[in-house]
Amino acid sequence: MASLPYLLHLADNALILGHRNSEWCGHGPVLEQDIAITNISLDLIGQARNLYQLAAPLAGPEATEDSLAFLRDGREFRNCLLVELPKGNWAVTVLRQFFFSNYQSLLYGQLQQSSSAALAAVAEKAAKEVAYHLRWSSEWVIRLGDGTEESHEKISEALTALWPYTGELFTPAAYEDIKSIGFALEELRTSWLQTTAEVLQEATLEMPPTGWSQQGGKEGIHTEHLGFLLAEMQFLQRAYPQAQW
Amino acid sequence: MVTDTTIETKKAWKVLDEVMDPEVPVISVTDLGIIRELHFENDTVFVTVTPTYTGCPATEVINMLIRAALLEAGFAHVHIEQVLSPAWTTDWMSERGKQRLEAYGIAAPLPRQQVCHPQRFALEEAIRCPHCHSYHTRRISEFGSTACKALYQCLDCQEPFDYFKCH
Ligand SMILES: [Zn+2]
Repeated sequence: MASLPYLLHLADNALILGHRNSEWCGHGPVLEQDIAITNISLDLIGQARNLYQLAAPLAGPEATEDSLAFLRDGREFRNCLLVELPKGNWAVTVLRQFFFSNYQSLLYGQLQQSSSAALAAVAEKAAKEVAYHLRWSSEWVIRLGDGTEESHEKISEALTALWPYTGELFTPAAYEDIKSIGFALEELRTSWLQTTAEVLQEATLEMPPTGWSQQGGKEGIHTEHLGFLLAEMQFLQRAYPQAQW
Repeated sequence: MVTDTTIETKKAWKVLDEVMDPEVPVISVTDLGIIRELHFENDTVFVTVTPTYTGCPATEVINMLIRAALLEAGFAHVHIEQVLSPAWTTDWMSERGKQRLEAYGIAAPLPRQQVCHPQRFALEEAIRCPHCHSYHTRRISEFGSTACKALYQCLDCQEPFDYFKCH
C-alpha cells in the first residue's frame, strides 16, 4: 500500500511540471513544438489526476483530486524543486523535461512492480507516454547543444542552472525508504547518469560533476517560485470555491 | 424479471459500435478497443472503459457519450468503470477502425514493435501517406493535434497528414 505522502509527492511532481509546461501554450517557438510541450503537459496532468485519485481516500473523507490540487498550500506540496523552477527559455524547458522524463521513466519502471496494484496500473499506463517524452526531450537537448553557437550557449547556461536540482530526485525523503516504496531510490541514479551522460555527450555538452544539491521540496520547503505558481493555478478555486465549467 | 442477457449484451455492443471518438469522429469506441468489458446485472449494464492516453481530455466526453447512447437505446441503468491496466495499446484497434482512419486521411498505427521505443532520433519508420499511398514521407512532429497522433508530411503529394501513432 503506497503512503499518502508518497502518492502526493508523485502527484505533485506531475502536476507542477504539467502546469509549468502549460505556460508555453500559445508561446512555443514554433507551432509543432508548442503542441508537443502542451501534449506533454496533458499527459503529466493526467498522471497527477490518477495519482490524486489514489491519494484522496487516504487524505480524509472530504478530500478529492480537486481539493488536493487546488486547496493545499505551498508547504503541503511535496514536489521536487526541479519541477517548480520557472519555465525559463526553451533550453531550460527541454533540459528540465529531459532530466525529469529520464527519472520518471526509471521510476515508473520500478513502480510497475509496486505491491499496490492501483499504483502499478498508473505507472504501467504512464510509462508508455513517458517513453515519448524522453525521446522528444533527448532529441531537443542534442539539437540545441549540437546546434548553433547561440543554442549551445543557452543550453549550457541551462545545464549550469538546473544541475544542482537533479540530486534531489534521488535523495529519498522519509516516506521514500526502500521498505515503503519497494526499491532503493538512490539506485536509479546510476542508470539516470548513464543516459544523461550519453545525451549530453551527443549534445557536445560537458557533464557537470555530481555533488552538492538543492533539497527541500519533498519535505515542503520550496523556492519562492512555487507560491506564484500556486497563486495562478489555484486562483479560481480559491476565489470561487467549487466552481465548475 | 428474467432478461436474455446474451441478446441484451449483443444489443449493447451494437449501440457502442455507433459511439464515435469525439476527436476522431470516424472511429467508434469499439473500433478503438477501449471497451474492455460489458455485462449485465439485472437491469444495469456495466461497461469497463480504458483511456487511450492518461491525459486524454476526451475521456470524460467519451464516457458521457457511452452513457447517453445506452440510455437512449432503452437500457435503464448504466454503470461505467474505468480501468488503467492492462494499458491500452493500438494493437487493440480493429481492422475496420484502421480502414476508417485511412479513409478519413489519418495513417493507421503500425504494429507496435516497429516503433514504440525510446531510442533517440529513431529511424523514421515508413508511414504510408493516406492520400496517395506513398511511403516517401517524413515526420514533422512527434506530437500532433491530439495526444494520440503525430504529424507527417508526404514528400510525393506534399500533403501533411496525421499518423495515429503506435502506443
Ligand atoms: Zn501523398
